Amino acid sequence: MQQLTCNGVLIDDTFAEAFGMRATAIIITAPTLKWARQAAVTMTGFATSVIGCGCEAAIDVELPETRTPDGRPGCRVMIFAMGTDELQKQLKIRLGQCVLTSPGSACFAGLEGSAPLDLGNSLRYFGDGWQISKKFGGRHYWRVPVMDGEFLCEATTGLTKNAVGGGNLLFLAADNAKALLAAERAVAAIERVPGAIMPFPGGVVRSGSKVGGKYKGMMASTNDAFAPTLRGVVDSALTPDINAVLEVVIDGETSDAVAAAMRAGLKAVIDLGPKRGALRISAGNYGGKLGKFHYHLKDLLP
Amino acid sequence: MKALTFSLLAEPEERLDLSGLAPASLAGLTALQIARLRVGTGRDPVLAGDVFKITGKDADSVIIEGSSSRLDRVGSGLGGGSIRVTGNVGHQAGRSMSGGSLHIEGNAGDHAGSGMIGGRIEIRGNAADNAGAPLAGEIIGMQGGILIIRGKAGNYAGDRLRRGTIAILKGCGDYAGYRMIAGTIVVTGGVGAMPGYLMKRGSLLFDRHPEHLVPTFMPCGQPDIAFSGLFDRFLIDENIMTRPLLGQRPGRYGGDNAVSGKGEVLFRRGR
Repeated sequence: MQQLTCNGVLIDDTFAEAFGMRATAIIITAPTLKWARQAAVTMTGFATSVIGCGCEAAIDVELPETRTPDGRPGCRVMIFAMGTDELQKQLKIRLGQCVLTSPGSACFAGLEGSAPLDLGNSLRYFGDGWQISKKFGGRHYWRVPVMDGEFLCEATTGLTKNAVGGGNLLFLAADNAKALLAAERAVAAIERVPGAIMPFPGGVVRSGSKVGGKYKGMMASTNDAFAPTLRGVVDSALTPDINAVLEVVIDGETSDAVAAAMRAGLKAVIDLGPKRGALRISAGNYGGKLGKFHYHLKDLLP
Repeated sequence: MKALTFSLLAEPEERLDLSGLAPASLAGLTALQIARLRVGTGRDPVLAGDVFKITGKDADSVIIEGSSSRLDRVGSGLGGGSIRVTGNVGHQAGRSMSGGSLHIEGNAGDHAGSGMIGGRIEIRGNAADNAGAPLAGEIIGMQGGILIIRGKAGNYAGDRLRRGTIAILKGCGDYAGYRMIAGTIVVTGGVGAMPGYLMKRGSLLFDRHPEHLVPTFMPCGQPDIAFSGLFDRFLIDENIMTRPLLGQRPGRYGGDNAVSGKGEVLFRRGR
């Protein structure tokens, strides 16, 4: 494989392969940022991959009081799924179990999309007849009485069909600490990109996968080509100086958001340099035949 | 293009029905055709050209220059565009309006915004009784849109309100929100007797504790609710108010328990 060098870091001439997804966004507010974040973190827990969780979700950005509908601190949360029905189902159960239950929370649409998805429209029945509908300013809200006051929730949010899931960067380093530092720098940079989330724990994946496996029924199994302990016994993608690989997976509201996030992540790790961080940066793909969106690393260099 | 302007020549000798002077009915008419529109309500047809000097061409933006309590049904049925009146108007201003904006710089008579469905009415002066309310025999009153009365409103403001927002900024008479079905009424300033009498659902939002509350409204504490912040922001964004109405933790009464009791009075505490 041809390689470029940027600030001493090798950049593989390869691309990340990503897929079209359905996505939505909501704004969760609370009396304090701590509790807004808590509701958002709870709602986006167990939402790392559509393979096992039904959706991929994370906090997009934290919003100050001046940028939320009700003047309280909040978070914009993005949720991605492969289909509209699954997205609606995940949104409803996560909202009902994690946001409705969180102290002082309120929930608003975070996206003007091509179609509506139910928010308060599906949760209002919790009010058992005491729910209050309010329509003003061209928007529809539900107020549901709860034990600490009211759960205020917009009736619907928007759906986008232009979302992209599966943008990624692989950081190959001499040891785990350096790989982790590189990944953390990338995550910190990508967190500042609006409309892009990283659904895995802290934004980082250590168990990158390939499609299928030797066992029947396994949709995905370990990415042996990038597992350092198998370097000598499989057709490895790793050179002898690599002992740890970490991946950052990115879902974006648009293809441009994914590209911007990958560009920000690349820059952060290239700036970190090979001595402290990654020796080499690569990206995961399936040969280009499965995903509609290809992000070539050479096009995204700083 | 200059706004189509109707300048009142003298105090009319009879009540005028100006519902025909709305952008949709005036579009495409020649100056002569406009002057021949019937506006009188008496036996002899009084025409627009008899009582108004008509200038300008842009029918999407109508100005009525003049002031008379005999100018009835201004903006009635308005569906888009704008109408501005420089003085007072008579009854049923903006009746059944569904869109656009109606701006009245003086006072309005009874039934301003009666049965309106959408759009925005702003009355800089006072409005008489039954603002937003249904006419006799009608089942529901206002069903959408925003009705702003910057002065005082008379009795029965928001009678049978179904949806939409009525904001009254210098106090209102008795029975505000009488028989309300849903929707929101904002009142700053004094509120007369029996606000929310027989209201089923909906919200009455006051800047102070109401003095003469219906006995079938029950206190519901001072909940810390996000709705007050959201609605305060809406009022400021719509240029209805310049500072928050309810603030944090407004007081709440639930009622009217003489009917379903699902309505509410929210008020700013401390006043």
